[in-house]
Amino acid sequence: MLTPLEIEIISLSLRVAIWAVLFGLPLAIAAAWVLARTRFPGKALVDGALHLPLVVPPVIVGFTLLVLFGRQGAIGSVLHDWIGFSFAFDWKGAALASGVMAFPLMVRAIRLSIEAIDQRIETAARTLGATRLRVFATITLPLALPGILSGTVLAFARSLGEFGATITFVSNIPGETRTLPLAVFSLMQVPGADEAILRLVLVSIVIALAALVLSEALSRRVTARIRGAAQ
Amino acid sequence: MIDVTIKKSFGSFNLDARFESHGDVTALYGVSGAGKTSIVNAIAGLSRPDAGHITVGDAALYDSERPIFQPPERRGIGYVFQEDRLFPHMTVRRNLLYGSRRAGGHSEGLDLETVITLLGIDHLLDRLPHRLSGGEKQRVAIGRAVLSRPRLLLMDEPLANLDTARRDEILPFLQKTCSDLAVPIVYVSHAIDEITRLADTLVVLDKGKTLAVGPVSEITARLDLGPLVDRRDAGTILDGKIAAHDSTYQLTTVSFQGGLLLIPTIDGAVGDHLRLRIQARDIAIATTTPDNISTLNCLGGTITQVGEPRQAHQDIQIDVGIPILARVTRRSAMELGLEPGREITALIKSVAVERAAMP
Repeated sequence: MLTPLEIEIISLSLRVAIWAVLFGLPLAIAAAWVLARTRFPGKALVDGALHLPLVVPPVIVGFTLLVLFGRQGAIGSVLHDWIGFSFAFDWKGAALASGVMAFPLMVRAIRLSIEAIDQRIETAARTLGATRLRVFATITLPLALPGILSGTVLAFARSLGEFGATITFVSNIPGETRTLPLAVFSLMQVPGADEAILRLVLVSIVIALAALVLSEALSRRVTARIRGAAQ
Repeated sequence: MIDVTIKKSFGSFNLDARFESHGDVTALYGVSGAGKTSIVNAIAGLSRPDAGHITVGDAALYDSERPIFQPPERRGIGYVFQEDRLFPHMTVRRNLLYGSRRAGGHSEGLDLETVITLLGIDHLLDRLPHRLSGGEKQRVAIGRAVLSRPRLLLMDEPLANLDTARRDEILPFLQKTCSDLAVPIVYVSHAIDEITRLADTLVVLDKGKTLAVGPVSEITARLDLGPLVDRRDAGTILDGKIAAHDSTYQLTTVSFQGGLLLIPTIDGAVGDHLRLRIQARDIAIATTTPDNISTLNCLGGTITQVGEPRQAHQDIQIDVGIPILARVTRRSAMELGLEPGREITALIKSVAVERAAMP
């Protein structure tokens, strides 16, 4: 049904998106908690910086990543010299670019659901002997689950569609960084590839739709479980 | 033993409270805004006072001098809030057990089975909180706090958000909890009937200051505590013992510091402790010893204090062995010449049993 090339493109895209979300999620939860529950000078600035990828052109994000994480970049050169790890021109770079672009979406959704939790419930847990860490693990995290789920799906979908930052940072290398959107873009440069393009478009729609339906079903189950909290 | 001295300023409101209590149940009484919740929050470690100290038993929880500030999770203070604050994503069972894994605990406490039976919540264990009624939620919240094996239990108007029917449903559970639990309780309320049913020691607060501290019976008979005597249902609390049962006339004799009282017969063995309450307006005063009257309970005593006139009435404090309050009309007080030092007879028309007899 799918050609080997298509399978390669799809599995690369899924791998990039999954790793982007997997690495982004713990950081996003931490950032969301800090923004929702703490006050410190310069918080507005941090908040703004976290949202930057949403508002600056993706090509700027890609270029910044190149400067920071490229072989000669400030962080990239250190990583390469010390542990031989490199983002440059392979799928890990694509995952980093996708993750950075999707990060604000994840933080936003999780932060909203943490802010919706009644802090008096967390206080009650502390009078029952729970440390801040245990309160976070047993009260905050489970009650924020709907937001974490929707943030994850949103970020996953955003990662699958990432184009500008990826092509700027790690270029368009078949089998390495050529994800679905980049493949469609490449095919559009070739005359008479309309059918191939159409097939990839359909595949994108199916994957995105499946993710949405799955998350909807999951979040309905989770919300039913903690309905008391939503009221 | 609870020893609390707290100073804290909240903008225009200054909390400056000081009390010590050895009782099993200590009530903090005062109108809203008197600082009751601020005090329990400080005891629980949810807010930090500006100065003072908080000691429960032999544990120093806070001391601005040394300085000590234990975080709430290390204090071992159970807290039943006005709202139930149950964990919405956990079943009743998991809610109950949330605090019980605290290593060792700070008191013997009660085990799960006992608490479930005591509070009558065995049929609710697998439900989520949103499927419980208000009264059921508050019972679970009480059980959860008790099961954390605290060294002190705080209850901040746990019945305030419930309607009268729910309140009456929970009060007996609360009373049993208070008597079965070998842990001191600090009970916050502005409902005097809850306090007279539950508390031994009463702390009266007004505008952030402690007005009076002492045994409930002593404090409720004082005339100088505005908020307590202004009420229509002002009255006196008497702690006594069953002295005898009279099966012929269906009467029980109760002995207390001021003598003997006859009440319609109640359950309980001779020697059992109980608490009675006499409303001030149920006491009439005679200046000579009356004979040929139907009132069973006539106590001789001396007027110790005459309160400020309030509309048509005036409160009189009488020493019958312990102080009790009578409310008479100003006209009667004037015509009979009721003044401190006067020997009179108090005619007690009705006595309510506030706390049932217990060994």
